Amino acid sequence: MECRNFLILLYIFALAVFAGYQVISKVPQLLHTPLMAFTNAISGISLVASLIMAGEDRNMASSVLGAVAVAAASVNAVGGFLITDRMLRMFKKKPKTKA
Amino acid sequence: MPIFEVIDFRQNVYLCTLLIASVFFLLGLQGLSHPQTARRGLSLASLGMLLAVVGTLLNSKVVTYEWIVGGLVVGTVIGVPMGQWIPMARMPERIALSHSFGGLAVALVGVAEYFNYARQLSPFDIGAVGFEVLLGTVTFTGSLVAFGKLVGVLPGRPQTFPWQNTLNLIVLAAALVALAILVAGPAQHAPFNTLLGLGLLLGILMVVRIGGADMPVVICLLNSYAGLAAAATGFALNVPVLIVCGALDGGSGFILAVHMSKAMNRSFRNVIFGAFGAEAERKLMEKSTGVVHEATPEDAAEVLRLANSVIVVPGYGMAVAQAQHAVRDLADLLEKMGAVVRYAIHPVAGRMPGHMNVLLAEANVPYDQLYELDHINDDFQRTDVSIVVGANDVVNPAARDTPGSPIFGMPILNVDRSGAVIVLKRSTNPGFAGVENELFVRPNTMMVFGDAKKTLTLIAAAVKNER
Repeated sequence: MECRNFLILLYIFALAVFAGYQVISKVPQLLHTPLMAFTNAISGISLVASLIMAGEDRNMASSVLGAVAVAAASVNAVGGFLITDRMLRMFKKKPKTKA
Repeated sequence: MPIFEVIDFRQNVYLCTLLIASVFFLLGLQGLSHPQTARRGLSLASLGMLLAVVGTLLNSKVVTYEWIVGGLVVGTVIGVPMGQWIPMARMPERIALSHSFGGLAVALVGVAEYFNYARQLSPFDIGAVGFEVLLGTVTFTGSLVAFGKLVGVLPGRPQTFPWQNTLNLIVLAAALVALAILVAGPAQHAPFNTLLGLGLLLGILMVVRIGGADMPVVICLLNSYAGLAAAATGFALNVPVLIVCGALDGGSGFILAVHMSKAMNRSFRNVIFGAFGAEAERKLMEKSTGVVHEATPEDAAEVLRLANSVIVVPGYGMAVAQAQHAVRDLADLLEKMGAVVRYAIHPVAGRMPGHMNVLLAEANVPYDQLYELDHINDDFQRTDVSIVVGANDVVNPAARDTPGSPIFGMPILNVDRSGAVIVLKRSTNPGFAGVENELFVRPNTMMVFGDAKKTLTLIAAAVKNER
């Protein structure tokens, strides 16, 4: 990676931080736990790095490390989305007339 | 060169799916601004994740699938139970554990990358890999320690020893020096291994000194580190989606950590470097005298029967006793008798941001009855009865009235201003901050000791009988 490329990536990072700040600061306190679970789930995106590592067939060590990384990242992706959905399903509005 | 060469086509599909994933993640987060749009946002984000994974599998660099399938199967087998069956009260532990998985994944990618490509990496690359490994390892061990503390395998109280801060700073400085040496000479393995070891050590050192009440801040910080580690991976591998995701994750953790620190009136530095409730200060506060009005569930029921307005203030004790359903049952009963019941949620109640909201939602409490501190605090003086369920520091009037108290300045819920206060507590022990609570000896306070769930059930039964 040369300097120019690094700057482009930095550019993306800066804009993403800004966009993220705008969006995240609008999440109400009510949903802060789902927010953590959600960001945890999308952190499973490190799969895109570990999948390549595990599938490159470069050498044994790299494949094993990659496979463990795939497992760890997919725990977050799979478990994270499931639990966030489970939580969000519980947040209900107005009680219907209670029996 | 033909534009639609097969390999290029696959590569372009891969890049497009990553772009779509980035946009979907942002839109998903935007959905979280309201409970009604949140699930739609989540579906969008999970679709983005699926696309990114499929796109990556199409990447021309991927040539074998055995290791990938193995990893995915193991991850799914662990991930599904972690998503489906872990009870809501255990959420802080679960989140801490998954941060450690995130840190591990990123650190391993960094290690593999270093040993495969060390000689071909530019200084920018190697710097990014270094940060990736450092942040990944700190997140990994730090989150494991946090997990151990929350589960109770490790002692929950802050573990302190002399020169601790100095030691932590030295370890951090040494790690940064190792990183600098690594950038200067990437072919040498020793600085890389040192960096790896110091990162693992630093995570442990950073979190062992954190006490239970500070856990929310630390969990947020670890969330932030996990995100930054992912962003560093994006820099190292030139994958923008990782940078976007890392920025969102890191930003979110940071925003939440600041929010939590503010709600405790403490600076970041204080949370990280100062174990809470120094001994001398605690002694000072133990002088508070007064008579505790111990009451039976029947006494509490009598007060509640006459109440027109009730505010419930839940704390970590409610989570421990799993009392959220009992709270809801009592609230239903009171509402049926014509009282208005609301819930006041302090930002740091529980062990992670929003902990109480999730528990009450689990017990089917409608979210429009849950109020944030600022929106309900002025209403306590017009409220007949407040019920404090396993909360302590967040309702301690000393934070408002007693300069010199270790928690002075922390915003609290003004329950002491309501007509009567019913405090449900396991015992009169001070809370995690180690501070005596003056609220417990106020004349308008009645203390009902015992397991919160049992006590609430008894109170509900008594209210019913007297009716």
